[in-house]
Amino acid sequence: MTIAAPTPPGTAIFTDDAYVAPRGFWSVTIRFLRRQPVGTIGIVLVAIFGLAGLFADFIAPYNPTANDFAAMTEAPSWAHWLGTDQLGRDILSRILFGARTAFVVGLTSAIVGGTSGLVLGVGSAYFGGRIDLFLQRILDIIMSFPLIIMALAVVSIFGTGVQNVIVAITIPLIPRCARVVRSSALAIRTVPYVDAARALGYGHSRIILAHMVPNVAAPFLIMLTSFVGQAILAEASLSYLGLGVQEPVAAWGLMLQGGAEEYASTAPWIAIFPGLAIMLTVFGINLFGDALRDVLDPKLRER
Amino acid sequence: MHRYIVSRILLTIPTLLGAAALVFILMRLIPGDICLVRLGSGGTSFSTQALAACHAEIGIDKPWLLQFVNFIWGMARGDFGISMWSGKPVIQEIATRFPVSLEVAVLATIIAVSIAIPLGTISALKQNTWIDLLVRTVSIAGIATPAFWLGIISILFVLDVSQWITGHPWMPSIDYVPLWKDPIRNLSIVMLPAITVGYRYAAVSMRMTRSAMLEVLREDYIRTARAKGLLEKIIINRHALKNALLPVVTVIGIEFAFLIGGLVVTEQVFNLNGIGRLMVQAVQNQDYTLTQALVMVVVTIAILTNLVVDLFYAWLDPRIRLN
Repeated sequence: MTIAAPTPPGTAIFTDDAYVAPRGFWSVTIRFLRRQPVGTIGIVLVAIFGLAGLFADFIAPYNPTANDFAAMTEAPSWAHWLGTDQLGRDILSRILFGARTAFVVGLTSAIVGGTSGLVLGVGSAYFGGRIDLFLQRILDIIMSFPLIIMALAVVSIFGTGVQNVIVAITIPLIPRCARVVRSSALAIRTVPYVDAARALGYGHSRIILAHMVPNVAAPFLIMLTSFVGQAILAEASLSYLGLGVQEPVAAWGLMLQGGAEEYASTAPWIAIFPGLAIMLTVFGINLFGDALRDVLDPKLRER
Repeated sequence: MHRYIVSRILLTIPTLLGAAALVFILMRLIPGDICLVRLGSGGTSFSTQALAACHAEIGIDKPWLLQFVNFIWGMARGDFGISMWSGKPVIQEIATRFPVSLEVAVLATIIAVSIAIPLGTISALKQNTWIDLLVRTVSIAGIATPAFWLGIISILFVLDVSQWITGHPWMPSIDYVPLWKDPIRNLSIVMLPAITVGYRYAAVSMRMTRSAMLEVLREDYIRTARAKGLLEKIIINRHALKNALLPVVTVIGIEFAFLIGGLVVTEQVFNLNGIGRLMVQAVQNQDYTLTQALVMVVVTIAILTNLVVDLFYAWLDPRIRLN
């Protein structure tokens, strides 16, 4: 009697690919733009600020850190479209460069925090038992811990600076992603194809990466998008408190610190424009995130 | 149910201990010495004996493990210790600051709930109409707006409006008075912060109400209720809303717990002396006892809120407690 060797992966006759028409990046994008007009507005907003940050060196009319004591707290004019701050720095230029800071912090924190959360969440659900119980307690601790103490500690120990701000913002994102991913992963832990993969003798990492992770991709991507917005808001708050990015680096939260309140009634543009920049960017990210959820969540798709 | 409650309560113990260990270690990793600051603040020089005496007085000359055991033992007995910075009992320091934060959080919750639930429901009922679009836009904007910026703008607005009406700018006073002593003055202080925080809070709860309502409205039992010829009002209020509110309650609970310790930025903008600012001061002063106690208070509130929400959930949904 001979025992048939297991079919090597890749040679299976029935694969999922047979049911999904191959679609390229551009066709998916065009489809998204046509079906989700509100999401498209979001993408446009994000693109405007993203490109502004990327090309700030070329489009900013002034040096963002150059003081001009002859032009302090000047109202918006042709020379300074959004006015100048209390040190005579051009607000438009600082907003453009601030976009760079916001996106660097937002994207890095979201990707690092989200990915760590993904690994921990799927791992926790897959292994279950004691590992799950232990990991969940650790995540509980971080989640209930006051963010400001964590941020203050990171800044006091490592010093202020963009990379430390990213650390302070990333840590609290990890458990939140892990929680959501874990609950999605728990639901698919016992489905037949994971059992099948186990029966075939696949290793843990292969099952987790090839079979479980793709199936929690939808909630993960939605969460990742909202994390970018939340990280930008957190960076603004920390910089506003003086715990984030430090002068003279251009950052939106920092622009609202000090001068903005002091000169609020005489030079309101100092307070208004950086806040608007934060709001529009995060608004755009959230619009995009909502549209992404509508596309990725099959339960919402029929609605 | 009893087993579920007991196991949930037991699970809070490792979380509390973990949070205690985390703040204990973090505080000691921060470079600096509270005694150097305390002794040197007068600008005078001091001897090493004085420094050692100061260390002994506040107990930071002992080994870490002993300090940690003392900290946990104190917490277990409800003894929060003496503030290393002010020398006053920690409980007293917290008690004077706590009411402000609590009041803003409660008021923000009231504002959020009274806006979020009706608007979220209407938005779901009128899905894809202009009302829905408006409510969704306003709520997405609420999540996107930094609370501190809204605070600055609202202060600006109050200043300008009062200038325009009375001829001179008006700002609420900074000194906090309890609600029962002078309700008008109290509300004039906490109303603006509560609205600024409440907007974001309302936005989050509104989105949750809307999506939960949309899900429930598609359930078979709603169709049954309609087929029975029940009044739409009864279907919405008694059948749909009641079930849709479950996830909304969770969101409200989590946000509320967060607000107690998370108002730092808002307190900064409005010059309120709440728990959030006290936390920042305590860490910056390297006041170990005060920071540790504050963290434990905030963590306990967060854990208790989660526990209550979970138990409430289990009580309402038998599938959870039986699993």
